[in-house]
Amino acid sequence: MVNYSSFDILGPIMIGPSSSHTAGAARLGKVARYIAGDNFNKVKFFLHGSFAKTYKGHGTDKALAAGVLGMEPFDDNLPKSLDIAKDLGYDFIFYETELEYEHPNTAKIVFTENNNEISVTGSSIGGGSIVITNIDGYDVNLTGEYPTIFIRHNDKKGIISEVTTVLAGFEINVAKMQVNRKNKGKFASMVIETDDSLPKSMLALLKGLEDVLTVRAINPVKEGDINV
Amino acid sequence: MFNTGNELLALTKENDKKISEIVIEKEIKTTGQSEKELREKMKKNLLVMKESSEKGLKKEIKSIGGIIGGDAKRLNNYIKHKSPISGSTINKAMARALSCSEVNAAMGKICAAPTAGSCGIIPATIITTSEVLNLEEDKMINALFTASGIGEIIAKNSTLAGAEGGCQAECGAASAMAAASIVELAGGSCEMSLTAASIAIKNILGLICDPIAGLVESPCAKRNASGTVNAITSADLALAGIESVIPFDEVVEAMYKVGKSLPKELRETSLGGLAATETGKKIKKDIFG
Repeated sequence: MVNYSSFDILGPIMIGPSSSHTAGAARLGKVARYIAGDNFNKVKFFLHGSFAKTYKGHGTDKALAAGVLGMEPFDDNLPKSLDIAKDLGYDFIFYETELEYEHPNTAKIVFTENNNEISVTGSSIGGGSIVITNIDGYDVNLTGEYPTIFIRHNDKKGIISEVTTVLAGFEINVAKMQVNRKNKGKFASMVIETDDSLPKSMLALLKGLEDVLTVRAINPVKEGDINV
Repeated sequence: MFNTGNELLALTKENDKKISEIVIEKEIKTTGQSEKELREKMKKNLLVMKESSEKGLKKEIKSIGGIIGGDAKRLNNYIKHKSPISGSTINKAMARALSCSEVNAAMGKICAAPTAGSCGIIPATIITTSEVLNLEEDKMINALFTASGIGEIIAKNSTLAGAEGGCQAECGAASAMAAASIVELAGGSCEMSLTAASIAIKNILGLICDPIAGLVESPCAKRNASGTVNAITSADLALAGIESVIPFDEVVEAMYKVGKSLPKELRETSLGGLAATETGKKIKKDIFG
């Protein structure tokens, strides 16, 4: 039997109208942005299923945009996010699309700057909770509820132990770990969810490892995530 | 810890405590936070509830889908200028529930209680009851812990999702949670709280979830109003000493089974009920083309 906190039942405080189509969408946008980093000026949102069919009436577009701008699901500015994005010089475009094998409330978010592109796909799975299912073509499964590290690296022997040695040095316990690669010996990725929050100095050490290409981290707090 | 109404009741008896006290103790044990921290956190919820239940009374709020809006203000004016048949308390409570639903549908800030679609019932009942009984904020915070205790039991043994159990799981659960809280605010016993919650669910057992155009607007707002009335009258029945023939835990179980046996057309898919009426379909076409 699942245990609930009083605040799972009363809460979250959120901008309406729907926990899955609005609050969950904002959270999805925010986690995607943390994965993508800050270097983007154009974002393409591909909306699938119920997101595509009802986004206008649920403000799903505004919520996703707000999340990408770093807003929380309870931010009073959430309904104005599209105007705010425009004022900040961002180019946000929305497409209604069909993505194969995806949950009905799914969005693929593509961040672009110059010729660099990073894509993050995720679903809003109810009650404001989300799951990220794909990053840049790599299948993943992360919720953003745990401190999470996403590493892209060269597919070389010993890289996993190098990374976990750094974590151990900071007394970070690994809760869940997924590894994935596109081609043998080329690019691969790791998703590590931990029990402990992620210090900046540790992330810098990970970034410094020879075969590590990028490191992204999400340090979640239930009411308001902290960027690192 | 408690998983059922019976277990919760046993704890209140063994320790000679109210439901809210047992829920707060459980929360301290499971989160490691102090009572002060927990009360502060719940106070934030209460603050958002107060604001969202007031906003629509003064200002006409228009939803983003455009299906609803302005009814909270309309009802508030009616209370001021006419003599409502069901009295000003019931009408004020309904106006507050409508206000929360309108704020929600207009992308305003609300506290899910237990869901966004049912966010008007608990604020409307707790604020109105406290007004009638002249109670302070601390008591309202207690009432919110009582409400969440009842909600936890329903979540554990049934569901709070319209897609799973229909509107009975959202507005019905909210109504039961509210009814139990009202009883505690009015000084009734813990048994009476559970009785009130039982009656509230029994009254709306089988209520389907059929939002027009798939939006949290209609019939959601009015079901928040009726869920509020249901909570208040169920609490009054229990406070009068009337008992529920079927005990709370069995009512919750029945609600779950009824929800499970509802066809998918009647569980938030907008394929049946009011959403599938001629007018419902026309509204959908007008909004989404």
